[in-house]
Amino acid sequence: MTKTIPAALAFVLLASVAQADTPVLKVLTYDSFTSEWGPGPAVEKAFEAVCGCDLVFSAVGDGAELLARLQLEGANSDASVVLGLDTNLTAQAAATGLFAPHGQAAANDLPAPYADPVFLPYDWGYFAFVYDKTKLTTPPTSFEELAASDLKIVIQDPRSSTPGLGLLLWVKAAYGERAPAIWAALADNIVTVTPGWSEAYGMFTAGEADMVLSYTTSPAYHLIAENDDTKAAAGFAEGHYMQVEVAGKLAHAPQPELADQFLAFMASDAFQSIIPTTNWMYPAHKLADGLPKGFEQMIAPEKSLLMTADEAQAARKPALDEWLTALSR
Amino acid sequence: MADRAVTLAAAGLAAAVFLLLLAPLGALGLTFQGFAFSAPELAALRFTLLQATLSAALSVALAVPVARALARRRFMGRSALISILGAPFILPVIVAVLGLLAVFGRAGWFNDALGLLGLPSFSVYGLQGVVLAHVFFNMPLAVRMILHGWQAIPAERFRLAASLGFTPRASLRHIEAPMLREVLPGAGLVILVICLTSFAVALTLGGGPKATTIELAIYQALRFDFDLPTAARLALLQFALCAAAFVVASRVSLPSGFGAGQGRDGGPPSPNGWRKVVDTFAIVLAALFLALPLLAVVLNGLPGLVDLPETVWAAAGRSLAIALASTAISLAAATVLALAAAQGRGWVALAATLPLAASSLVLGTGLFLILQPYFKPASLALPVTMTINAALSLPFAFRILAPEARTLYADYQRLGASLGMGGWAWLRWVVLPRLARVLGFSAGLVAALSMGDLGVIALFAGEGEATLPLLVQRLMGAYRMETAASAALLLVLLSFALFWVFDYGGRRYAGT
Amino acid sequence: MLALENLSIRMGDFALHADWQAPKGARIAIIGPSGAGKSTLLSLIGGFTAPDTGKVLWQSQDLTRLEPGARPITTLFQDQNLFPHLTIAQNLGLGISPNLRLTKADKERIEGALERTGLAGFGPRKPAQLSGGQQSRAALARALLRDKPVLLLDEPFAALGPALKAEMLGLVSDLADETGAVVLMVTHDPKDAQAFAPLTCLVAGGIAYAPQPTEALLRNPPPELAAYLG
Repeated sequence: MTKTIPAALAFVLLASVAQADTPVLKVLTYDSFTSEWGPGPAVEKAFEAVCGCDLVFSAVGDGAELLARLQLEGANSDASVVLGLDTNLTAQAAATGLFAPHGQAAANDLPAPYADPVFLPYDWGYFAFVYDKTKLTTPPTSFEELAASDLKIVIQDPRSSTPGLGLLLWVKAAYGERAPAIWAALADNIVTVTPGWSEAYGMFTAGEADMVLSYTTSPAYHLIAENDDTKAAAGFAEGHYMQVEVAGKLAHAPQPELADQFLAFMASDAFQSIIPTTNWMYPAHKLADGLPKGFEQMIAPEKSLLMTADEAQAARKPALDEWLTALSR
Repeated sequence: MADRAVTLAAAGLAAAVFLLLLAPLGALGLTFQGFAFSAPELAALRFTLLQATLSAALSVALAVPVARALARRRFMGRSALISILGAPFILPVIVAVLGLLAVFGRAGWFNDALGLLGLPSFSVYGLQGVVLAHVFFNMPLAVRMILHGWQAIPAERFRLAASLGFTPRASLRHIEAPMLREVLPGAGLVILVICLTSFAVALTLGGGPKATTIELAIYQALRFDFDLPTAARLALLQFALCAAAFVVASRVSLPSGFGAGQGRDGGPPSPNGWRKVVDTFAIVLAALFLALPLLAVVLNGLPGLVDLPETVWAAAGRSLAIALASTAISLAAATVLALAAAQGRGWVALAATLPLAASSLVLGTGLFLILQPYFKPASLALPVTMTINAALSLPFAFRILAPEARTLYADYQRLGASLGMGGWAWLRWVVLPRLARVLGFSAGLVAALSMGDLGVIALFAGEGEATLPLLVQRLMGAYRMETAASAALLLVLLSFALFWVFDYGGRRYAGT
Repeated sequence: MLALENLSIRMGDFALHADWQAPKGARIAIIGPSGAGKSTLLSLIGGFTAPDTGKVLWQSQDLTRLEPGARPITTLFQDQNLFPHLTIAQNLGLGISPNLRLTKADKERIEGALERTGLAGFGPRKPAQLSGGQQSRAALARALLRDKPVLLLDEPFAALGPALKAEMLGLVSDLADETGAVVLMVTHDPKDAQAFAPLTCLVAGGIAYAPQPTEALLRNPPPELAAYLG
């Protein structure tokens, strides 16, 4: 025992010396980004190979929690980059004044124009209803058709989940004034509303509903990772609302240069090529080798819907009230 | 004896609990200006009260015949069944919900059976589903609490009843009813308050925004609106409801005053005839209701159990360590508080009940705000989780220990005092052996709860500090529903093993 | 000498006052109507109830503020004299060391006390395995081990039959002779008083009267006692 204590001390000292030599870049993100099945580990390896730094991810639940955490920490945060907000939250995030302009070229390959002085996109996806082809042969092709059918769906609550909020804005962007009527017509199709994506998707895979609100790319996971081609996303004629996931640099970043370097790296093929089969979303920049095999089978919506950050911010409260009124009846 | 020391320690603990629960509200900027509730908040309040009252009433009402049947029948597998009763309560919410859906869902076994019989199908979504799930979680807890009540009636009283030729009805009136009068309000209170703060169950099975609870409103305020004072205000409302329920329950509850027995064996008599049929029916039905969803959880998780990723084991180790530490803290605190309550200190019970009404999200957020100027949040993930788990499980341990501590105090305090037994001697030779059975049960419950509770770790956990429940969530977030089901099964098995070790250990120690 | 100096307590309608002494080696029966305060008197002396005013003294040492266990007193209660989860030997051991840290000599003393009370060989048993009379003996054996100069008996033998009770009183008598203890014994039965106690203290109407010779008192009872005796 007596020998191990000095040894342990020496180890701690060495470790801290090593740490002092290598600058640490802390990136605040959401849970599924850093988990061992997410992009985090591969991104960390790739960036550390070029930056001469130690990249550390610090994770909280999801995009909304990320924003809350950021507001809690305020200027005390030891993170330099925040990664994982979506465009429905960026107006609120920018209003905190905690972010600095990224100062980078804003070019990207998103299907709808997106440029923001503070936030840079790293991936995106379309919200869509996912179903099982073996159980449902003729999926609905619009919200109206879905509402008229007796299909059962599971959705997420816009008050507690980012996909739930996405669906709210999808219906609003597609139908505007008619959104309350669409919700009222959908009410009898909704089996239940879950707090988050996981519960809803879990209930769908357990057979509790015919369709679940997820992404057009969700079937790619089943196809590529599980060799299961039974899942598909239903294409809706009114278009699909996009979720664009972005990152930004904090104004109080302890490592501003590394933060810039990381944001630039985010646009590189090294980062972007990790995204499709770990985050199961589309990369924000075209890949040199194209998308992994299997993604070509995903549906390609003809119309992309996306509200600007300010529109989304303004639409959220009234859309939520409409949603609550329509579904509380 | 160390009465004064116990009272002082209890006062300190109670103050610490109040501080832990209320300081976060202050940190969130609770103000009493414009203390009015909006229409949606009032609707949430109404639904919260409705579902919690129904769930508590039904859990307790159904628990009575089951507990009575278990108290007066001896059959093979009885002690296994009593052990299993602890299981639903310690399941992670999402796992339990999926288990329940496998039985009662649209595509569940129950509806399959109804279909075969040509009966209309049953929809689990709505108020009925919320109550069903809450009964599934909490009825076993009520059974255990009431069963302890039955077991605490000295055998002498039943012998006296037998010698007086009491009919079962007379026994019920003179012996069992007073016990129920003492035990039921407390059991009902605990369940009511647990259900008050329900969020995921209420939402997932509630079928939509009609089933909005106060806890969801808190979630929304914290997560999307970042309206901290509103969250604090709603959290205070939950505490107020809890305190009100507490006052009602203490008014209704009357001590049964059975006095002590000689510790002889033998419980209530086992009447034959239709009562035997009713008892059998109660036991079989309860066993099926509780075991089928558990079976579904096992079936879902079994296939992937062999090739779980490595990280699962590290997370499991971390969860175990947290659970054991939380158990030690919680039980020590609960024992002190229960002994103080036995000396007639009424405020103790309130301090030991209020944590039930705490919103873990508010608690976590408030603590985060308080601590983060001084510490790195990630470095506090484990200690904060332990403390909060201990505080949140304190009410369960206390409720289980308090009645027995009261009996102990009433029966043996004078004898201990006359022999000049000091604090340690009293603890070592009287409190521990006399309370061993309930100490074991409550330790098992607290340990298992701390294993399964996500609580606040999600807010503090930064890099690689994931616990097993958090890992289950991450697996689900990464589409790995089957692996998640297996990790969840591992969580259930570990929780249950912990529960069993403590519970069995306590019963064994008490039996020697 | 055990002295009660102007001892009084009031709890709602109930009141009790006592102001007298009991000489060393005295055996005093305490008799009086139900609810008059016989047990309360013992409780005040034993330290389980605090008086409003007055003092309890032993050999002019003030006991009033001492914890029950710190007083030179052993009390035998109506019931709950033994811990049911401990063996008889452990129950006796508590009389020597409340922490149950027992030396070999202590264990021999326990064996001796068991033998003395006719319980040889019962040490490893639990109280529930003993008859009522045997349990009373075990409690007495512990009193013997505690060896305190004051013994308070709050009807510990009430549940026993007449023959057993007489046997127990005989045993108490012998033990008191050996140790020279003051014994105060609550009883309902004047025969117990006659058989056991040369002195009797009447508790009635809120007063615990000074002990008087038992025979004289019973032959010529004051009105309160006469009403009780019927």
